[in-house]
Amino acid sequence: MKPLIEIENLRKEFFLGSILSRDKIVAVDNISFKINPAEIFTLAGESGCGKTTVARMILGFEEPTAGRIIYSKESSDNKEPVWFTQGIQAIFQNPFETFNPLRKVEHYLFETVYNYKLAESQEKAREIINSKLESVGLSYEEVAGKYPSEFSGGQLQRISIARALLTDPGLLIADEPVSMVDASIRMSIVNLFKKLKEELQMSILYITHDLATAYYMSGQIAIMFRGHIMEMGPVEKVLMEPAHPYTKLLRESIPEADPAKKWTDRISISDLESDEYLRKGCKFAGRCPEAQDKCKEHTPEAAYIDDVFVKCHLYSG
Amino acid sequence: MDNNTVLVTENIKSYYVLDVGGSKKVVKAVDDVNLTIRKNEIYGIAGESGCGKTTLMKTLYALMNPPLRFMGGKVIYYRDDQEIDILSLSKEERRKLRWEYIAYIPQGAMSIFNPVIKLKETYRDFLDSHLSGKTRDEIFEIAREHIKELGLPIKVLEAYPHQLSGGMRQRVAIALAGLLKPAVIFADEPTTALDVVVQRGVVQLLKDIQESLKNTIILVTHDMGIHANISDRMAIMYAGKIIEEAETKEIFYNPLHPYTRFLINSLPKFGDKGVRASAPGNPPSLANLPTGCPFHPRCPEKTDICTREVPELVQTGEEHKTACWLVSKGDE
Repeated sequence: MKPLIEIENLRKEFFLGSILSRDKIVAVDNISFKINPAEIFTLAGESGCGKTTVARMILGFEEPTAGRIIYSKESSDNKEPVWFTQGIQAIFQNPFETFNPLRKVEHYLFETVYNYKLAESQEKAREIINSKLESVGLSYEEVAGKYPSEFSGGQLQRISIARALLTDPGLLIADEPVSMVDASIRMSIVNLFKKLKEELQMSILYITHDLATAYYMSGQIAIMFRGHIMEMGPVEKVLMEPAHPYTKLLRESIPEADPAKKWTDRISISDLESDEYLRKGCKFAGRCPEAQDKCKEHTPEAAYIDDVFVKCHLYSG
Repeated sequence: MDNNTVLVTENIKSYYVLDVGGSKKVVKAVDDVNLTIRKNEIYGIAGESGCGKTTLMKTLYALMNPPLRFMGGKVIYYRDDQEIDILSLSKEERRKLRWEYIAYIPQGAMSIFNPVIKLKETYRDFLDSHLSGKTRDEIFEIAREHIKELGLPIKVLEAYPHQLSGGMRQRVAIALAGLLKPAVIFADEPTTALDVVVQRGVVQLLKDIQESLKNTIILVTHDMGIHANISDRMAIMYAGKIIEEAETKEIFYNPLHPYTRFLINSLPKFGDKGVRASAPGNPPSLANLPTGCPFHPRCPEKTDICTREVPELVQTGEEHKTACWLVSKGDE
């Protein structure tokens, strides 16, 4: 199958400190992955692992230091920003911050329609908006004339999904879309993503730290740590039989909603994320229970175990 | 009251009374809550945002500022053989109880530290106001001992707050709350906004403190996975009321209230990709509650009586209480 979007050796460097003593932080270190049409791809990791920086580069908010993003044959070398091609839309973490509290939410919907010239008349625009709101379980009547404070977080998140759907995007980038939403309605949003994938053949780049919802809805997953993809492959393999020690730690640290499965062993925690970014060799070596001398000196090469990509000295021979 | 009890509440009501354009608006954030909390246990309170769980905790800690008003009921602590009705105490008497007898870790505790002084100075400020007659060096020694006992790195005392990660600051805030060996520690969403690995470290620390002090921790979080891991008994709150209370195992393996069942069954599980349904609709606004059971508009099993009358929290098993007409109707 031809991939919908290809990320090739994407790299982003930031600098910390003053002009005199600058530390270079490689927030995203030469990562590559592909998303196929009608696929939910999860980019997972802890805060500060670089996952949001990847999304920002795909959306054109951030200039990559190196690397290419190819979206249905259009490369990011092309000076026209990729996101402008209507094909990629995004929704963000906090639905209350997405909308200006002093503006009616319908303005955002109409604005998108007019910006992309999707309709000539107001009636036509309303028709398009209503059909997209219906596909997220709302209707134009429920939204018309209301301000953001009149909706719950779950409803606002649905409205921002509807807004993203207006241009019929091929790829939806969802950055922590359910972490601010209440538990009892979280799954309804997650189920909505599954439905959109199946019914509209849309692809979703799901960025999250929540591996349980990632497992539930996605096909492929990449686990990021301090700018690197540590492990990548089908969720069934990566999350059920993790190969990388970091994936194992993450997987074991998810509190299972079952009192019979309490944590028994103890863990060690890093003090500072910038220390880990500046570390030589494998970034995880400081906390890894299986670290060897070479892990502290050399960055491991990528290896493949069947169709799973792993970046760890245990597997690179 | 048997001497295993540390805290009892009797029909407590805490409302936010707002003045909106001349007319009064009443938000019933805590409405008729009765709790009995024991010594040496971790008591969990679960519920969604806006269900009143933080207000409940503030009421128990007697930390109420307008527009939040205490509208009735009693909060009684049992200290040794003494009964303390905390809400009838003067400000000064309440202040004396705080940190030494009851401690409170607010939500977002990682941002409570003074940003321009080192953490050891925060420790000193804290100890100075509670332990008199100690020299500077003695105080730093107590701080070092305390940090070491809890397995945190000693160097945090020499650091400024911004030099530490959120997870480390959160753990220092929790460590401070346990410093004076309080009988009751309240923790409001201590793991929220932290990464999973760090969350696990916070849970580990709370467990360590409880095990060494043999005290009571009242833990509020919406995360059912955290409750499964740490709470001994737990209550589920919905729209200002406790709707179910039982041992944590009983809540997870035998939930009786339809809302509790939705909460538990909607959680995705590893190794099972089957469809998970969540409760339909949205949580109600506390300023505009439906009549009868507050969950009835979302409940798939509602009957006539649910729309008219509010169900009481009644005994539905040994150590198990539920507020639902489905289970309480049998008694009539």
